[in-house]
Amino acid sequence: MAEAPRRVVLVGNPNCGKTSLFNALTGSRQKVANYPGVTVERKEGVFSTPQGRKVELLDLPGTYSLRARSPDEEIARDVILGRIANEPVPDIVLCVADASNPRLSLRLALELRNVCPHVGLVLNMADIARHRGIDIDIERLSSELKIPVVPCIAVRPKGTNALLSLLDKEITALREVSSPVPRWTPPSPAEICVLQKEADRIAASAVKIPPRQGVTPKLDAVLLHPVWGLLILLAVLFLMFQAVFTWAEPPMNALKMGIGFLADLASQFLPEGLLRHFVHDALICGVGAVAVFLPQILILFFFILLLEDSGYMARAAFLMDKIMGAAGLHGRAFIPLLSSFACAIPAIMATRVIDNRRDRLTTILIAPLMPCSARIPVYALIIAAFFPATKIWGVQLQGLVMFGLYALGILSGLAAAYILRRTLWRRIPTEPFLMELPDYKAPNLRNIAYGLLQRASLFLRRAGTTIAAITILVWALAAFPQSAPNAAVPAIETSYAARIGKAIEPVFAPLGFNWKINVALISGMAAREVAVATLGTVYSIEESGKGEAVLGSALASEWSLATALALLAWYAFAPQCASTLMLIRKETGSLKWMLFSFGYMITLAYAAAFIAYRVGGALTLPVG
Amino acid sequence: MRSFNHVEVRAPLTLGEAAKGFKGTVASIDASGCAETGLEPCEIECRLMEMGFTEGAEVEIKHEGFWGRDPIAVKVNNMTVALRRREANAIHIIPAGVP
Repeated sequence: MAEAPRRVVLVGNPNCGKTSLFNALTGSRQKVANYPGVTVERKEGVFSTPQGRKVELLDLPGTYSLRARSPDEEIARDVILGRIANEPVPDIVLCVADASNPRLSLRLALELRNVCPHVGLVLNMADIARHRGIDIDIERLSSELKIPVVPCIAVRPKGTNALLSLLDKEITALREVSSPVPRWTPPSPAEICVLQKEADRIAASAVKIPPRQGVTPKLDAVLLHPVWGLLILLAVLFLMFQAVFTWAEPPMNALKMGIGFLADLASQFLPEGLLRHFVHDALICGVGAVAVFLPQILILFFFILLLEDSGYMARAAFLMDKIMGAAGLHGRAFIPLLSSFACAIPAIMATRVIDNRRDRLTTILIAPLMPCSARIPVYALIIAAFFPATKIWGVQLQGLVMFGLYALGILSGLAAAYILRRTLWRRIPTEPFLMELPDYKAPNLRNIAYGLLQRASLFLRRAGTTIAAITILVWALAAFPQSAPNAAVPAIETSYAARIGKAIEPVFAPLGFNWKINVALISGMAAREVAVATLGTVYSIEESGKGEAVLGSALASEWSLATALALLAWYAFAPQCASTLMLIRKETGSLKWMLFSFGYMITLAYAAAFIAYRVGGALTLPVG
Repeated sequence: MRSFNHVEVRAPLTLGEAAKGFKGTVASIDASGCAETGLEPCEIECRLMEMGFTEGAEVEIKHEGFWGRDPIAVKVNNMTVALRRREANAIHIIPAGVP
């Protein structure tokens, strides 16, 4: 008779190597999703023990105690206590500890032991501990804690053998079909203190730690130095973003070529008509425009995972905490925000490095304000058309305008974070910055590879579903209804997009936008840079080598400077990217936050464009 | 420690006031004086204890930030914890070498 799989959960402090252990046990048989309604990652995998018993393993968010401090830690607690709907009570709770630094984990193990019937302690990274001369009397520890204890080296092939045989023994001993719901009440500070003293007593009797040595203090003397540390961090970031832009270029070009090849195939083999346009424009070119960012995303996450796995990420957060804290952000928010200069989509995915949900939400909401690379084509077109290539005080005027737009994006993002903190979350206390600085270790390539695989599949799944759906919708608006083949006006002028553009003209007239600009704004929802191509279509400029220069002069003759300024201001703030909005909905787990971010950004955009139009009008009046 | 003619010369009372290089032990955790953090004092006390700041733990300030010498990196027994001085003010300390 086949037995039902037993549910085992991994609990432990952050940095205890829990994820390495999870990867080692489950290999590629893992599933990553979110817990319903929250931005907390749920990682589950299955494996069989040497005796063939099926195990469903759940990797819980890192925590220092059952007395949860953040929504992530609440999930960890609620899973252990069987308080989440559709999550059965775990049969076995494995408390994972860093064998070199077991002090806090021993207290957590005591806490768990007092609540759950089947708890085991896994002393992970036992090799590093032995190397550092740390001597652990496992039998003594087990008899003091009154739970089984096993050493473990998750990153070695046979390093989990002791754990696997423990699991076999424990599962065989399990009598109940399902485990009872544990009872737990939150401890007071005094109770925590008592429990920690007990843990310290046990540690003193079973663990011998020689005076601290190793490379971490030496490295920190430089990497956490108030001046050198900051300079090195800057250098690391510089390298990282150089890599994101330069290393990604060849594979991105290859992808573009591949997409172009597919598009050509479609044009060749499909008969002229709606189907060909659909496959060529919407499916291949539209979805391809987003999928092309995959190399950038992979390179960015390679660096993020490397920094995280080696222990440097916590140092970076330490160095940046004061600056980010001034805007009400967490120190860890700066990497996602910097990523946003490439694209808001990987940035929002990267906010998962921020543990606290409120801090993560703030970062997600302001990330789309950072000037992403898809704004560059639009900015470049308008700046080249409306600003002369002259120098002011020895500085290129065009470059200065571009710089100004970047500064506008960054400053308004920080200001938005500041305002969010003081309005929406006025009543919610600021999360204290309280974080372990783990010892440095050599990053584990397998962990990085699994991490990259997860991000890539997450991104491609989204590009293939929600992002594709939005792209097709926007395409349909511009393609229907179909006009006669030899109509006098471009087909787009009679499309639904044009009708919407004309219908909303009164709303956008105070910004100096005509219906043609409105159409570009609608199609730009698929991806910001698409607006350039649409402007080309509505202004009947053929796509050719000189297309953009011709389009630029066409725009310069049709628009006033005030309109151009208003459009630049609009683009700095407007939620002109449906993919980002869909991702916000997925990552926050709620439609409410997507609508909120759409609402606040469009309000900002409207206000900024209105002001820019008025100021631009006033500036051009004396000349005209 | 001593006062001469109203000029007070004293050792730091909390970890938040201590300078880089300070070594000592935790005397007690009391967050009743850190109102500006926003969290309940009891909550701050719990969190600090969960990070290992319990009575008798050995502490040493290893690093401090560039702006306002904040945050600080503190060695607590065998691990390093980063925190802001604001919260570190809840950690009352005894300097090393004081009986």
